Amino acid sequence: MAQQVIIKVDNLVKKFGNFTANDNLTFEVFKGEIFGFLGANGAGKTTALRILCGLSSPTSGQVEVAGFDVYKQTNKIKMNIGYMSQKFSLYEDLTVRENIRFFAGIYGLSRKIIRERTDELLNKLNIEELGDKLISSLPLGWKQKLSFSIAIFHRPQIVFLDEPTGGVDPITRRQFWDMIYDASNDGITVFVTTHYMDEAEYCNRVSIMVDGRIEALDTPETLKKTYNAKNMNEVFLMLARK
Amino acid sequence: MDNPAISIENIIKSYDKVVALDDISFEVDKGELFGLIGPDGAGKTSLFRILTTLLIQDSGNAIVEGFNVVKDYKKLRTIIGYMPGRFSLYPDLTVEENLRFFATIFNTTIEDNYDLIKTIYRQIEPFKKRLAGNLSGGMKQKLALSCALIHKPEVLFLDEPTTGVDAVSRKEFWEMLKELQKKDITILVSTPYMDEASMCDRVALIQNGRILEVETPEEIVKLYPHSLWAVISSDMYKLESDLQSFEKSVSVYRFGDSIHLSVKDDDIYGSDIKEYLESKNQNKIKVEKIDANIEDCFMALMNNNDL
Repeated sequence: MAQQVIIKVDNLVKKFGNFTANDNLTFEVFKGEIFGFLGANGAGKTTALRILCGLSSPTSGQVEVAGFDVYKQTNKIKMNIGYMSQKFSLYEDLTVRENIRFFAGIYGLSRKIIRERTDELLNKLNIEELGDKLISSLPLGWKQKLSFSIAIFHRPQIVFLDEPTGGVDPITRRQFWDMIYDASNDGITVFVTTHYMDEAEYCNRVSIMVDGRIEALDTPETLKKTYNAKNMNEVFLMLARK
Repeated sequence: MDNPAISIENIIKSYDKVVALDDISFEVDKGELFGLIGPDGAGKTSLFRILTTLLIQDSGNAIVEGFNVVKDYKKLRTIIGYMPGRFSLYPDLTVEENLRFFATIFNTTIEDNYDLIKTIYRQIEPFKKRLAGNLSGGMKQKLALSCALIHKPEVLFLDEPTTGVDAVSRKEFWEMLKELQKKDITILVSTPYMDEASMCDRVALIQNGRILEVETPEEIVKLYPHSLWAVISSDMYKLESDLQSFEKSVSVYRFGDSIHLSVKDDDIYGSDIKEYLESKNQNKIKVEKIDANIEDCFMALMNNNDL
Protein backbone atom coordinates (compact mmCIF):
# COMPACT_ATOMS: atom_id res chain seq x y z
CA MET A 1 0.00 0.00 0.00
CA ALA A 2 1.36 3.39 -0.93
CA GLN A 3 1.77 5.71 2.01
CA GLN A 4 -0.12 8.96 1.98
CA VAL A 5 2.15 11.99 1.66
CA ILE A 6 1.23 14.72 4.16
CA ILE A 7 4.18 17.08 3.70
CA LYS A 8 5.70 17.50 0.26
CA VAL A 9 8.78 19.66 -0.20
CA ASP A 10 10.29 20.18 -3.68
CA ASN A 11 13.47 22.18 -4.21
CA LEU A 12 12.76 24.50 -1.30
CA VAL A 13 15.17 27.45 -1.24
CA LYS A 14 15.14 30.20 1.37
CA LYS A 15 17.61 33.06 1.20
CA PHE A 16 18.20 35.95 3.57
CA GLY A 17 20.19 38.44 1.49
CA ASN A 18 23.28 36.56 0.34
CA PHE A 19 22.84 33.82 2.89
CA THR A 20 21.14 30.61 1.82
CA ALA A 21 19.46 29.14 4.91
CA ASN A 22 17.66 26.34 3.06
CA ASP A 23 19.50 25.10 0.00
CA ASN A 24 17.26 23.10 -2.28
CA LEU A 25 15.48 20.84 0.18
CA THR A 26 13.43 17.97 -1.24
CA PHE A 27 11.67 15.46 0.99
CA GLU A 28 8.32 13.93 1.87
CA VAL A 29 6.71 13.07 5.19
CA PHE A 30 4.05 10.36 5.39
CA LYS A 31 0.79 10.42 7.31
CA GLY A 32 1.09 9.10 10.85
CA GLU A 33 4.86 9.03 10.68
CA ILE A 34 7.19 10.23 13.44
CA PHE A 35 9.68 12.26 11.47
CA GLY A 36 12.89 13.42 13.21
CA PHE A 37 14.29 16.68 11.87
CA LEU A 38 17.87 16.91 13.11
CA GLY A 39 20.76 19.23 12.49
CA ALA A 40 23.42 21.32 14.20
CA ASN A 41 22.56 24.80 15.51
CA GLY A 42 22.40 27.13 12.53
CA ALA A 43 21.93 24.33 9.99
CA GLY A 44 18.60 25.83 8.87
CA LYS A 45 16.07 23.74 10.81
CA THR A 46 14.16 26.66 12.30
CA THR A 47 13.91 28.41 8.91
CA ALA A 48 12.43 25.28 7.32
CA LEU A 49 10.14 24.69 10.29
CA ARG A 50 8.75 28.24 10.03
CA ILE A 51 8.02 27.72 6.34
CA LEU A 52 6.24 24.41 6.98
CA CYS A 53 4.09 26.11 9.63
CA GLY A 54 3.05 28.82 7.21
CA LEU A 55 4.92 31.58 9.06
CA SER A 56 7.39 32.39 6.33
CA SER A 57 7.44 32.04 2.52
CA PRO A 58 10.13 30.22 0.56
CA THR A 59 12.33 32.14 -1.89
CA SER A 60 11.57 29.40 -4.41
CA GLY A 61 10.36 25.81 -4.61
CA GLN A 62 7.08 23.99 -4.03
CA VAL A 63 5.87 23.11 -0.54
CA GLU A 64 2.57 21.52 0.42
CA VAL A 65 1.55 20.89 4.01
CA ALA A 66 -1.58 18.81 4.71
CA GLY A 67 -2.53 19.38 1.07
CA PHE A 68 -2.23 23.17 1.24
CA ASP A 69 0.20 25.47 -0.51
CA VAL A 70 2.63 27.43 1.71
CA TYR A 71 2.50 30.49 -0.54
CA LYS A 72 -1.25 30.94 -0.79
CA GLN A 73 -2.99 28.87 1.86
CA THR A 74 -1.11 29.64 5.08
CA ASN A 75 -4.30 30.08 7.09
CA LYS A 76 -5.55 26.65 6.04
CA ILE A 77 -2.18 25.21 7.02
CA LYS A 78 -2.34 26.83 10.44
CA MET A 79 -5.81 25.37 11.04
CA ASN A 80 -4.53 21.89 10.26
CA ILE A 81 -1.35 21.80 12.29
CA GLY A 82 -0.37 21.98 15.93
CA TYR A 83 2.84 23.49 17.25
CA MET A 84 4.77 23.24 20.46
CA SER A 85 8.24 24.36 21.45
CA GLN A 86 10.26 24.27 24.61
CA LYS A 87 10.43 28.05 24.69
CA PHE A 88 6.82 29.00 24.12
CA SER A 89 4.37 26.66 25.70
CA LEU A 90 1.54 27.84 27.91
CA TYR A 91 0.43 31.00 29.72
CA GLU A 92 1.87 30.78 33.22
CA ASP A 93 -0.74 33.09 34.75
CA LEU A 94 -3.73 31.18 33.38
CA THR A 95 -5.01 27.92 34.82
CA VAL A 96 -4.83 24.60 33.01
CA ARG A 97 -8.49 24.85 31.95
CA GLU A 98 -8.09 28.48 30.88
CA ASN A 99 -5.11 27.64 28.71
CA ILE A 100 -7.03 24.85 27.03
CA ARG A 101 -10.04 27.10 26.46
CA PHE A 102 -7.82 29.85 25.05
CA PHE A 103 -5.97 27.70 22.55
CA ALA A 104 -8.99 25.62 21.56
CA GLY A 105 -10.98 28.84 21.14
CA ILE A 106 -8.39 30.19 18.71
CA TYR A 107 -8.91 27.10 16.58
CA GLY A 108 -12.65 27.74 16.62
CA LEU A 109 -13.80 24.77 18.66
CA SER A 110 -17.25 25.13 20.20
CA ARG A 111 -17.66 25.57 23.96
CA LYS A 112 -19.39 22.24 24.23
CA ILE A 113 -16.60 20.37 22.47
CA ILE A 114 -13.96 22.21 24.49
CA ARG A 115 -15.70 21.24 27.72
CA GLU A 116 -16.06 17.60 26.72
CA ARG A 117 -12.53 17.21 25.47
CA THR A 118 -11.07 19.05 28.47
CA ASP A 119 -12.65 16.58 30.88
CA GLU A 120 -11.53 13.73 28.66
CA LEU A 121 -7.96 15.03 28.59
CA LEU A 122 -7.66 15.71 32.33
CA ASN A 123 -9.07 12.27 32.95
CA LYS A 124 -6.68 10.60 30.53
CA LEU A 125 -3.68 12.36 32.06
CA ASN A 126 -5.07 11.56 35.50
CA ILE A 127 -4.86 15.18 36.64
CA GLU A 128 -8.50 16.16 37.22
CA GLU A 129 -7.45 17.94 40.42
CA LEU A 130 -5.02 20.20 38.53
CA GLY A 131 -7.60 21.73 36.19
CA ASP A 132 -7.97 24.96 38.15
CA LYS A 133 -4.30 25.31 39.10
CA LEU A 134 -2.15 28.01 37.53
CA ILE A 135 0.37 26.72 35.01
CA SER A 136 3.12 28.48 36.97
CA SER A 137 2.48 26.13 39.90
CA LEU A 138 3.11 22.95 37.88
CA PRO A 139 6.42 21.13 37.54
CA LEU A 140 8.15 21.44 34.17
CA GLY A 141 7.41 17.86 33.19
CA TRP A 142 3.66 18.43 33.54
CA LYS A 143 3.83 21.68 31.63
CA GLN A 144 5.48 19.94 28.71
CA LYS A 145 2.97 17.09 28.70
CA LEU A 146 0.06 19.53 28.87
CA SER A 147 1.58 21.73 26.23
CA PHE A 148 1.76 18.76 23.88
CA SER A 149 -1.82 17.73 24.66
CA ILE A 150 -3.00 21.25 23.93
CA ALA A 151 -1.04 21.35 20.66
CA ILE A 152 -3.08 18.36 19.43
CA PHE A 153 -6.34 19.35 21.17
CA HIS A 154 -7.94 20.51 17.91
CA ARG A 155 -6.94 17.16 16.31
CA PRO A 156 -4.56 18.56 13.71
CA GLN A 157 -3.21 16.41 10.89
CA ILE A 158 0.36 17.29 11.76
CA VAL A 159 2.02 18.42 14.98
CA PHE A 160 5.37 20.23 14.92
CA LEU A 161 7.48 19.79 18.04
CA ASP A 162 10.53 22.02 18.38
CA GLU A 163 12.87 20.55 21.01
CA PRO A 164 9.93 19.49 23.17
CA THR A 165 11.98 17.61 25.77
CA GLY A 166 14.85 20.03 26.42
CA GLY A 167 15.84 20.00 30.10
CA VAL A 168 13.12 17.54 31.08
CA ASP A 169 14.03 14.73 33.52
CA PRO A 170 14.75 11.33 31.97
CA ILE A 171 11.57 9.61 33.19
CA THR A 172 9.27 12.41 32.02
CA ARG A 173 11.16 12.50 28.72
CA ARG A 174 10.15 8.88 28.13
CA GLN A 175 6.55 9.50 29.19
CA PHE A 176 6.53 12.33 26.70
CA TRP A 177 7.58 9.94 23.95
CA ASP A 178 4.78 7.57 24.97
CA MET A 179 2.41 10.43 24.21
CA ILE A 180 4.09 10.98 20.84
CA TYR A 181 3.59 7.29 19.98
CA ASP A 182 -0.08 7.52 20.97
CA ALA A 183 -0.60 10.55 18.75
CA SER A 184 1.12 8.78 15.88
CA ASN A 185 -1.08 5.71 16.39
CA ASP A 186 -4.10 8.02 16.18
CA GLY A 187 -2.92 9.05 12.71
CA ILE A 188 -1.35 12.39 13.66
CA THR A 189 1.92 13.02 11.85
CA VAL A 190 4.67 14.07 14.26
CA PHE A 191 7.46 16.31 13.01
CA VAL A 192 10.03 16.68 15.78
CA THR A 193 13.42 18.32 16.39
CA THR A 194 15.66 17.26 19.25
CA HIS A 195 19.22 17.42 20.51
CA TYR A 196 18.86 14.09 22.33
CA MET A 197 20.28 11.51 19.97
CA ASP A 198 18.60 8.58 21.73
CA GLU A 199 15.30 10.20 20.73
CA ALA A 200 16.38 10.11 17.10
CA GLU A 201 16.19 6.33 17.42
CA TYR A 202 12.49 6.57 18.34
CA CYS A 203 11.58 8.19 15.02
CA ASN A 204 10.32 6.24 12.00
CA ARG A 205 12.60 8.27 9.77
CA VAL A 206 15.20 10.92 10.45
CA SER A 207 16.65 13.69 8.32
CA ILE A 208 19.94 15.37 9.17
CA MET A 209 20.53 18.92 7.97
CA VAL A 210 24.02 20.30 7.49
CA ASP A 211 24.67 23.85 6.26
CA GLY A 212 21.20 24.33 4.81
CA ARG A 213 21.00 20.95 3.04
CA ILE A 214 19.58 17.58 3.92
CA GLU A 215 22.67 15.43 4.13
CA ALA A 216 20.88 12.18 5.01
CA LEU A 217 17.31 10.93 5.29
CA ASP A 218 16.28 7.40 6.18
CA THR A 219 15.20 5.10 8.99
CA PRO A 220 17.57 5.11 11.97
CA GLU A 221 18.38 1.48 11.23
CA THR A 222 19.43 2.14 7.63
CA LEU A 223 21.38 5.27 8.59
CA LYS A 224 23.37 3.31 11.17
CA LYS A 225 24.14 0.62 8.57
CA THR A 226 25.05 3.16 5.88
CA TYR A 227 27.46 5.01 8.13
CA ASN A 228 28.63 1.90 9.94
CA ALA A 229 27.74 3.48 13.28
CA LYS A 230 26.73 2.00 16.64
CA ASN A 231 24.03 4.57 17.28
CA MET A 232 22.47 7.76 15.94
CA ASN A 233 24.84 9.90 17.98
CA GLU A 234 27.74 8.54 15.93
CA VAL A 235 25.85 9.09 12.68
CA PHE A 236 25.14 12.67 13.71
CA LEU A 237 28.72 13.41 14.74
CA MET A 238 30.02 11.99 11.46
CA LEU A 239 27.69 14.07 9.32
CA ALA A 240 27.45 17.30 11.24
CA ARG A 241 31.13 17.78 12.10
CA LYS A 242 32.74 18.94 8.90
CA MET B 1 45.31 17.38 51.77
CA ASP B 2 44.45 20.73 50.27
CA ASN B 3 41.33 22.47 51.39
CA PRO B 4 38.48 21.92 48.96
CA ALA B 5 37.89 24.63 46.35
CA ILE B 6 34.18 24.65 47.17
CA SER B 7 32.60 23.48 50.38
CA ILE B 8 28.83 23.45 50.69
CA GLU B 9 27.20 22.64 54.03
CA ASN B 10 23.49 22.16 54.62
CA ILE B 11 22.35 24.84 52.23
CA ILE B 12 18.60 25.48 52.28
CA LYS B 13 16.81 27.96 50.02
CA SER B 14 13.07 28.44 49.59
CA TYR B 15 10.97 30.77 47.46
CA ASP B 16 7.65 31.23 49.21
CA LYS B 17 6.44 27.66 49.63
CA VAL B 18 8.75 26.12 47.07
CA VAL B 19 11.88 24.52 48.50
CA ALA B 20 14.50 25.03 45.79
CA LEU B 21 17.45 23.61 47.74
CA ASP B 22 16.74 21.15 50.50
CA ASP B 23 19.79 20.66 52.72
CA ILE B 24 22.53 20.44 50.12
CA SER B 25 26.07 19.45 51.13
CA PHE B 26 29.08 18.47 49.04
CA GLU B 27 32.66 19.49 48.30
CA VAL B 28 34.54 20.16 45.11
CA ASP B 29 38.31 19.59 45.14
CA LYS B 30 40.82 22.02 43.72
CA GLY B 31 41.36 21.53 40.02
CA GLU B 32 38.35 19.29 39.67
CA LEU B 33 35.94 19.30 36.74
CA PHE B 34 32.76 18.74 38.72
CA GLY B 35 29.35 18.23 37.15
CA LEU B 36 25.99 19.10 38.68
CA ILE B 37 23.62 16.88 36.74
CA GLY B 38 19.85 17.21 36.86
CA PRO B 39 16.73 18.32 34.99
CA ASP B 40 15.27 21.84 34.88
CA GLY B 41 13.81 22.82 38.21
CA ALA B 42 16.21 20.62 40.20
CA GLY B 43 17.78 23.66 41.89
CA LYS B 44 20.98 23.95 39.88
CA THR B 45 20.67 27.65 39.13
CA SER B 46 19.75 28.57 42.71
CA LEU B 47 22.88 26.83 43.93
CA PHE B 48 25.03 28.59 41.32
CA ARG B 49 23.60 31.96 42.31
CA ILE B 50 24.37 31.30 45.97
CA LEU B 51 27.93 30.18 45.21
CA THR B 52 28.53 33.24 43.02
CA THR B 53 27.20 35.60 45.78
CA LEU B 54 24.14 36.71 43.81
CA LEU B 55 21.61 35.08 46.12
CA ILE B 56 21.65 34.50 49.86
CA GLN B 57 20.71 31.13 51.27
CA ASP B 58 18.11 30.78 54.07
CA SER B 59 20.51 28.67 56.10
CA GLY B 60 23.71 26.69 55.77
CA ASN B 61 27.19 27.70 54.72
CA ALA B 62 29.19 27.81 51.54
CA ILE B 63 32.92 28.51 51.25
CA VAL B 64 34.67 29.07 47.92
CA GLU B 65 38.48 29.21 47.95
CA GLY B 66 38.39 30.10 51.64
CA PHE B 67 35.86 32.89 51.24
CA ASN B 68 32.41 32.76 52.79
CA VAL B 69 29.82 33.45 50.10
CA VAL B 70 27.90 35.85 52.35
CA LYS B 71 30.53 37.57 54.51
CA ASP B 72 33.36 37.73 52.01
CA TYR B 73 31.33 38.29 48.89
CA LYS B 74 33.40 41.22 47.62
CA LYS B 75 36.66 39.31 47.75
CA LEU B 76 35.06 36.21 46.37
CA ARG B 77 33.73 38.01 43.33
CA THR B 78 37.26 38.88 42.19
CA ILE B 79 38.41 35.27 41.98
CA ILE B 80 35.47 33.54 40.35
CA GLY B 81 34.13 33.47 36.82
CA TYR B 82 30.43 32.90 36.16
CA MET B 83 28.67 32.06 32.96
CA PRO B 84 24.92 32.15 33.60
CA GLY B 85 22.48 29.97 31.69
CA ARG B 86 21.01 32.89 29.84
CA PHE B 87 23.20 34.88 27.47
CA SER B 88 24.08 37.91 29.57
CA LEU B 89 26.57 39.94 27.58
CA TYR B 90 25.86 43.32 26.07
CA PRO B 91 24.18 42.72 22.71
CA ASP B 92 24.87 46.30 21.59
CA LEU B 93 28.59 46.10 22.22
CA THR B 94 30.93 44.33 19.82
CA VAL B 95 32.66 41.07 20.64
CA GLU B 96 35.87 42.87 21.48
CA GLU B 97 34.12 45.60 23.49
CA ASN B 98 32.38 43.01 25.64
CA LEU B 99 35.64 41.25 26.37
CA ARG B 100 37.45 44.53 27.09
CA PHE B 101 34.61 45.60 29.39
CA PHE B 102 34.87 42.46 31.50
CA ALA B 103 38.66 42.68 31.58
CA THR B 104 38.52 46.30 32.71
CA ILE B 105 36.08 45.83 35.57
CA PHE B 106 38.43 43.18 36.93
CA ASN B 107 41.40 45.55 36.58
CA THR B 108 43.12 43.58 33.89
CA THR B 109 43.52 43.64 30.12
CA ILE B 110 42.81 41.26 27.28
CA GLU B 111 46.53 41.20 26.51
CA ASP B 112 47.50 40.13 30.07
CA ASN B 113 45.38 37.01 30.01
CA TYR B 114 45.19 36.34 26.31
CA ASP B 115 47.04 33.07 26.75
CA LEU B 116 44.24 31.64 28.88
CA ILE B 117 41.44 32.36 26.44
CA LYS B 118 43.25 32.15 23.13
CA THR B 119 42.12 28.68 22.02
CA ILE B 120 38.51 29.70 22.59
CA TYR B 121 38.68 33.37 21.62
CA ARG B 122 40.61 32.70 18.39
CA GLN B 123 37.53 31.01 16.97
CA ILE B 124 35.49 34.20 17.29
CA GLU B 125 38.28 36.76 16.85
CA PRO B 126 37.63 37.12 13.10
CA PHE B 127 34.24 38.57 14.14
CA LYS B 128 35.52 40.84 16.90
CA LYS B 129 33.94 43.95 15.34
CA ARG B 130 30.51 42.29 15.18
CA LEU B 131 27.83 43.19 17.73
CA ALA B 132 27.42 40.41 20.28
CA GLY B 133 23.68 40.41 19.66
CA ASN B 134 24.29 39.33 16.06
CA LEU B 135 26.38 36.25 16.86
CA SER B 136 25.19 32.69 16.32
CA GLY B 137 24.42 30.58 19.39
CA GLY B 138 27.73 28.76 19.32
CA MET B 139 29.72 31.99 19.00
CA LYS B 140 27.81 33.66 21.82
CA GLN B 141 28.67 30.72 24.03
CA LYS B 142 32.38 31.05 23.21
CA LEU B 143 32.32 34.80 23.86
CA ALA B 144 30.53 34.29 27.18
CA LEU B 145 33.13 31.74 28.22
CA SER B 146 35.95 34.09 27.18
CA CYS B 147 34.41 36.91 29.25
CA ALA B 148 34.04 34.62 32.27
CA LEU B 149 37.73 33.70 31.99
CA ILE B 150 39.38 37.00 31.14
CA HIS B 151 40.35 37.81 34.76
CA LYS B 152 41.93 34.37 35.25
CA PRO B 153 39.50 33.13 37.90
CA GLU B 154 40.42 30.35 40.32
CA VAL B 155 36.96 28.83 40.12
CA LEU B 156 34.73 28.83 37.07
CA PHE B 157 30.94 28.41 37.37
CA LEU B 158 29.14 27.37 34.19
CA ASP B 159 25.37 27.10 34.45
CA GLU B 160 24.01 24.88 31.68
CA PRO B 161 26.47 25.99 29.02
CA THR B 162 25.33 23.22 26.64
CA THR B 163 21.54 23.47 26.96
CA GLY B 164 19.89 23.71 23.55
CA VAL B 165 23.24 23.12 21.90
CA ASP B 166 23.60 20.40 19.25
CA ALA B 167 25.52 17.18 19.88
CA VAL B 168 28.55 18.28 17.88
CA SER B 169 28.97 21.66 19.58
CA ARG B 170 28.40 20.03 22.96
CA LYS B 171 31.28 17.66 22.35
CA GLU B 172 33.53 20.56 21.32
CA PHE B 173 32.56 22.54 24.41
CA TRP B 174 33.56 19.71 26.72
CA GLU B 175 36.88 19.40 24.93
CA MET B 176 37.44 23.11 25.68
CA LEU B 177 36.67 22.53 29.37
CA LYS B 178 39.16 19.65 29.54
CA GLU B 179 41.81 22.02 28.18
CA LEU B 180 40.95 24.72 30.72
CA GLN B 181 41.18 22.24 33.55
CA LYS B 182 44.87 21.72 32.70
CA LYS B 183 45.42 25.37 33.61
CA ASP B 184 44.55 24.75 37.26
CA ILE B 185 41.06 26.16 37.18
CA THR B 186 38.40 24.44 39.26
CA ILE B 187 35.25 24.07 37.18
CA LEU B 188 31.71 23.52 38.46
CA VAL B 189 29.40 22.94 35.51
CA SER B 190 25.71 22.06 35.42
CA THR B 191 23.85 20.18 32.71
CA PRO B 192 20.54 18.42 32.10
CA TYR B 193 22.25 16.02 29.64
CA MET B 194 23.00 12.83 31.53
CA ASP B 195 25.51 11.60 28.97
CA GLU B 196 27.79 14.55 29.77
CA ALA B 197 28.43 13.13 33.25
CA SER B 198 31.13 10.88 31.82
CA MET B 199 33.18 13.97 30.91
CA CYS B 200 33.45 15.01 34.60
CA ASP B 201 35.87 13.89 37.31
CA ARG B 202 32.99 13.68 39.76
CA VAL B 203 29.31 14.48 39.57
CA ALA B 204 26.48 15.35 41.92
CA LEU B 205 23.10 14.09 40.72
CA ILE B 206 20.40 16.56 41.77
CA GLN B 207 16.61 16.34 41.61
CA ASN B 208 13.91 18.40 43.37
CA GLY B 209 16.47 20.32 45.42
CA ARG B 210 18.15 17.22 46.82
CA ILE B 211 21.45 15.60 46.04
CA LEU B 212 20.84 12.00 45.04
CA GLU B 213 24.48 10.96 44.85
CA VAL B 214 28.00 12.41 44.69
CA GLU B 215 30.63 10.20 43.08
CA THR B 216 32.88 9.63 40.10
CA PRO B 217 30.85 8.62 37.05
CA GLU B 218 32.61 5.23 37.05
CA GLU B 219 31.59 4.56 40.67
CA ILE B 220 27.99 5.67 40.19
CA VAL B 221 27.37 3.17 37.43
CA LYS B 222 28.97 0.40 39.52
CA LEU B 223 26.47 1.13 42.29
CA TYR B 224 23.48 0.25 40.12
CA PRO B 225 21.50 -2.14 42.34
CA HIS B 226 19.95 -4.57 39.85
CA SER B 227 20.98 -6.61 36.86
CA LEU B 228 20.36 -4.73 33.65
CA TRP B 229 19.53 -6.08 30.20
CA ALA B 230 19.22 -4.48 26.78
CA VAL B 231 16.35 -6.10 24.90
CA ILE B 232 15.36 -5.82 21.24
CA SER B 233 12.57 -7.49 19.27
CA SER B 234 10.74 -6.95 16.01
CA ASP B 235 7.84 -5.23 17.81
CA MET B 236 9.41 -2.64 20.12
CA TYR B 237 6.08 -1.01 20.95
CA LYS B 238 4.58 -4.23 22.33
CA LEU B 239 7.93 -5.25 23.80
CA GLU B 240 7.75 -2.41 26.29
CA SER B 241 4.43 -3.54 27.73
CA ASP B 242 5.43 -7.22 27.62
CA LEU B 243 8.54 -6.46 29.65
CA GLN B 244 6.52 -4.39 32.11
CA SER B 245 4.38 -7.41 32.89
CA PHE B 246 7.43 -9.68 33.37
CA GLU B 247 7.19 -10.66 37.03
CA LYS B 248 10.84 -10.02 37.84
CA SER B 249 11.04 -6.61 36.19
CA VAL B 250 11.86 -3.59 38.36
CA SER B 251 11.84 -1.01 35.61
CA VAL B 252 11.50 -0.86 31.84
CA TYR B 253 12.82 2.13 29.92
CA ARG B 254 13.38 2.79 26.25
CA PHE B 255 16.99 3.64 25.48
CA GLY B 256 17.51 4.54 21.87
CA ASP B 257 17.07 1.41 19.76
CA SER B 258 16.76 -1.01 22.70
CA ILE B 259 14.79 -1.28 25.92
CA HIS B 260 16.59 -1.47 29.25
CA LEU B 261 15.06 -4.05 31.55
CA SER B 262 16.11 -3.96 35.17
CA VAL B 263 15.62 -7.23 37.03
CA LYS B 264 15.41 -7.97 40.74
CA ASP B 265 17.69 -10.91 41.31
CA ASP B 266 21.12 -11.64 39.95
CA ASP B 267 20.67 -15.33 39.20
CA ILE B 268 18.48 -14.68 36.21
CA TYR B 269 19.77 -15.66 32.78
CA GLY B 270 19.21 -14.05 29.42
CA SER B 271 17.52 -17.28 28.36
CA ASP B 272 14.83 -16.77 31.06
CA ILE B 273 13.94 -13.39 29.59
CA LYS B 274 14.03 -14.77 26.07
CA GLU B 275 11.76 -17.71 26.99
CA TYR B 276 9.29 -15.37 28.62
CA LEU B 277 9.20 -13.14 25.52
CA GLU B 278 8.76 -16.12 23.23
CA SER B 279 5.72 -17.07 25.29
CA LYS B 280 4.43 -13.57 24.42
CA ASN B 281 4.91 -14.32 20.71
CA GLN B 282 7.80 -11.91 20.30
CA ASN B 283 10.14 -12.45 17.34
CA LYS B 284 13.76 -11.66 16.58
CA ILE B 285 14.50 -11.32 20.29
CA LYS B 286 17.93 -10.15 21.37
CA VAL B 287 18.82 -10.06 25.05
CA GLU B 288 22.16 -8.77 26.26
CA LYS B 289 23.43 -8.10 29.78
CA ILE B 290 24.79 -4.58 30.00
CA ASP B 291 26.39 -2.15 32.42
CA ALA B 292 24.21 0.70 33.62
CA ASN B 293 24.88 4.23 32.41
CA ILE B 294 24.34 7.45 34.34
CA GLU B 295 20.80 7.86 33.03
CA ASP B 296 19.85 4.35 34.25
CA CYS B 297 21.23 5.28 37.67
CA PHE B 298 19.50 8.65 37.73
CA MET B 299 16.13 7.06 37.00
CA ALA B 300 16.69 4.36 39.62
CA LEU B 301 17.44 7.12 42.15
CA MET B 302 14.36 9.09 41.06
CA ASN B 303 12.31 5.99 41.84
CA ASN B 304 13.74 6.07 45.36
CA ASN B 305 15.89 3.04 44.91
CA ASP B 306 19.14 3.57 46.75
CA LEU B 307 22.15 2.71 44.69
